[in-house]
Amino acid sequence: MSFPTEAEIKAILLKVVAMSKADECTAQMSGATDGNIRFALNNVSTSGIVSDTELAVQVAFGKRVGSATINEYSDAALERVVRRAEDLAKLAPENPEFVPAVGKQTYRASNTFSAATAAITPEYRAKVASDSIGPCKAEKLIAAGFLSDSNAFVAFANSRGNYGYQTSTMLDYTCTVRTEDGRGSGWVASNVQDSTSFNAANDIRTAMRKASASADARALEPGKYTVILEPAAAAGLITFMMRFFDARQADEGRSFLSKKGGGNKLGEQVFDPRVNFSSDPWNPEAPVVPWDENWLPREKTFLVEGGKIANLNYSRFWAQKQGKRAAGQPGNLLMSGGTKTTADLVRSTEKGILVTRTWYIRMVDPQTVLLTGLTRDGTFFIENGQIKYPLKNFRFNESPVIMLNNIDELGKPVRMGDDNGRGSVMMIPPMKLRDFTFTSLSDAV
Amino acid sequence: MLRRDFLAITGLVGGGLALPSAFGKVIAAEALQSTLDIKIKKQLADAALAAATGAGASYCDVRVGRYLRQFVVTREANVQNILNTESTGVGVRVIANGAWGFAATYDLSVDAVAAAARQATAIAKANAGSQTAPVQLAPNKGVGEVSWKTPIVKNSMEVPIKDKVDMLLQVNAAALAAGADFINSTLFLVNEQKYFASTDGSYIDQDVHRIWTPMTVTAIDKTTGKFRTRAELSAPMGMGFEYLDGNKADQMVSPNGVVNFNKSYDMKQDAIAAAKQARAKLTAPSVKAGKYDLVLDPSHTWLTIHESVGHPLELDRVLGYEANYAGTSFATLDKLKANFQYGSDKVNIVADKLQPGSLGYVGYDDEGVKTKNWDLIKAGKLVDYQSIRDQAHILGKKESDGCCYADSWSSVQFQRMANVSLEPGKAKLSVADMVANVENGIYIIGDGSFSIDQQRYNAQFGGQLFYEIKNGKIGAQIEDVAYQIRTPEFWNACSAVCDASDYRMGGSFFDGKGQPAQSSAVSHGSSTARFDGINVINTARSLG
Repeated sequence: MSFPTEAEIKAILLKVVAMSKADECTAQMSGATDGNIRFALNNVSTSGIVSDTELAVQVAFGKRVGSATINEYSDAALERVVRRAEDLAKLAPENPEFVPAVGKQTYRASNTFSAATAAITPEYRAKVASDSIGPCKAEKLIAAGFLSDSNAFVAFANSRGNYGYQTSTMLDYTCTVRTEDGRGSGWVASNVQDSTSFNAANDIRTAMRKASASADARALEPGKYTVILEPAAAAGLITFMMRFFDARQADEGRSFLSKKGGGNKLGEQVFDPRVNFSSDPWNPEAPVVPWDENWLPREKTFLVEGGKIANLNYSRFWAQKQGKRAAGQPGNLLMSGGTKTTADLVRSTEKGILVTRTWYIRMVDPQTVLLTGLTRDGTFFIENGQIKYPLKNFRFNESPVIMLNNIDELGKPVRMGDDNGRGSVMMIPPMKLRDFTFTSLSDAV
Repeated sequence: MLRRDFLAITGLVGGGLALPSAFGKVIAAEALQSTLDIKIKKQLADAALAAATGAGASYCDVRVGRYLRQFVVTREANVQNILNTESTGVGVRVIANGAWGFAATYDLSVDAVAAAARQATAIAKANAGSQTAPVQLAPNKGVGEVSWKTPIVKNSMEVPIKDKVDMLLQVNAAALAAGADFINSTLFLVNEQKYFASTDGSYIDQDVHRIWTPMTVTAIDKTTGKFRTRAELSAPMGMGFEYLDGNKADQMVSPNGVVNFNKSYDMKQDAIAAAKQARAKLTAPSVKAGKYDLVLDPSHTWLTIHESVGHPLELDRVLGYEANYAGTSFATLDKLKANFQYGSDKVNIVADKLQPGSLGYVGYDDEGVKTKNWDLIKAGKLVDYQSIRDQAHILGKKESDGCCYADSWSSVQFQRMANVSLEPGKAKLSVADMVANVENGIYIIGDGSFSIDQQRYNAQFGGQLFYEIKNGKIGAQIEDVAYQIRTPEFWNACSAVCDASDYRMGGSFFDGKGQPAQSSAVSHGSSTARFDGINVINTARSLG
């Protein structure tokens, strides 16, 4: 399905804003064509395409807010959705944390669209499935995977003259390959904006190699070990920690970034000096839309610089209350690193454990960001710079805050999506860490 | 709707106006009380069935779904969000040339629904080319025109918003007065109006209601920088607003005075207790790691059952269909054949779609199969899995277990977990009697952190409240407790289960599975149960 042009969308948004009799009105129109193909046991199991657009309207009378959505665009339908939002606002209790709509902004466009990804066809998806399944069948391995792709737009206008429009694309691929006897399992993932930089036939070889190499795993006593976390393994832990960079949570005393006696740890050395976390909507490898969910412009900012807390995320309400400036909430997470690949890090390791992927990560204690989870789909023992043998999977209980104080070396950051190919994009390096805590063994393959 | 979307609505992540499309349209509260005319639903269904068979389908089922949700979200004295949503449409699933095809439309016109049926048939025919074996559907006799409704007393959607807001703000004020620093409380109400029709000759109209009251109470010690939370001890239920009546007769008081709830919840009373218990956590001693006998309250055990029994006994996981996301299962088909000793002889586990008050209670599943209950583990031995119509033949069964579900009209239905529950002990046994025999144990109430591997062997669970048990007596509240298990060893360490008078259910509104991910709601019942010699770790760490 083709979407309306930007001019058509803008006309709808301005019409909606003009229709509203409320003190203020914001209209946002978004649309996406999402395609996917799923396969398991070397067979395609489901494949689908969903295409839809939606108009959301939010109005305010004083501090009373109402919102409504619709997916029809006739004048009568637009009138209906505006009136519904207004009716709901009049009935709503006052929101003491209400902040007026963002005034006119200048957004610098970021390069979030790829024509190749937007043009993906059912045949393309079928080929990704066959490029994954074919080589596995030939080597008596079993593939189960999922490809999802998205071609989307988002646009908004408000009664204070603010307006924005941008298109974006994304492709996310994961594949688990298992040996026929179920004793070996490997995995590969790829998240790209431009599908021309994705090649399932190449990627599948990584999962196949790990599946075959991980059979005959040996048990190693749980304990503290030097580990090399591949970017996917590290990303799972780091994203949990980033939830605590909310200023309000820290100021309220319920974050590892809260300070004893009150206040937050802004400016304090919390991590190894090599740790840098930044956000930049225009990053060429992981660009995101240049405004946040409240239409504040995103900026290039450091959350952690040289291991010190450089910034916390302030909502507009909390910034106003604390006398701070509210900037757009980050849309991506960029961790800096070095130039080495995972393989390079392995070569420089005397003894250690290589972890392909971490799984089922849950918060154990928010006070210290202690997380538990498991290794999966390829855990290997390293000796004298070489992978010696596969290991049985471990359960870990580790805090990313402690982990990022035990850094031996960081490698070259790699683009990552989240588990479902949704949410923010990240650049995360492979990392060699000392004293990573494994607390038990798992028999799972 | 996925957990992530729920978190967005409750303001715990994200924000702004970008309502996830899974919510459908935002509507007025009054519209939550209406239903679609059954004549229109039948007309749409007949149009789809005729179009599909006319296009060459050998089987067709149609789901005309209207999914209504209401959220009332508060913190302290503020209402953060009130949202009413509706998602309505039609999903058509067919078998043509031995393969499945599916298409869905939000357009409730006869022409659009017939077009979706023809599209589903075309997709099935296209899929048939690469299908290695044709779909085998277990027989299911048509039931004609029938209806079913969750046996609710008070329709939550009819309770005025103002009453709901007032109730939550009173709960919050009570918690703050009792010593809480912060409280987040939410009402989450669901009504699924589902009409199912199939070429087997069924026209099934169902009206399903669910309710959930998540709450987090936080206590802070600013001088030490310590913070602790206590979540609600209620359970999401397949009930109406009567669940919040706070009927004292339905409370279950633990031997040490902790108030638990069965099918009636007093949210204010629980919020007050939570404030005190969260504050007590700030100074509670840290557990000494080691082996303990665990006495697990049903408000905790439900999650352990869910993860270590419910999931590994889903047949699609066992077969490998979920290998890339949720994972596979250690409980392989050879273990079923050998009647694997999953647990001790005290362990009897049933799958049950008929339990009143449970989240999974419906009259018919989403492929028109009349629901039932059946044994999964009998006297500790593995005897069955959970399967649906196109899987039954793999187990040599003649009928589906009736546990097929789709989270929306636009999602393809597939095998989802039934309510999977530990049966109460047959001999009379109270919690007090159980505790009296424990020398060195920990009593755990409420669910906490949970994590399990992709084959469901190694798991770790936390909780909300932990109390030491010494020489048959429940002692001080302790902290930093998590236990680690290997599933078969854990269930074989089950040495006692209290009798039916202690039986309660817990549950999840957000059990995720599939790609694209779908969410389902499921309950798990048990009485308090004892597990001997379980490995407990201390989760306290220092950030220096």
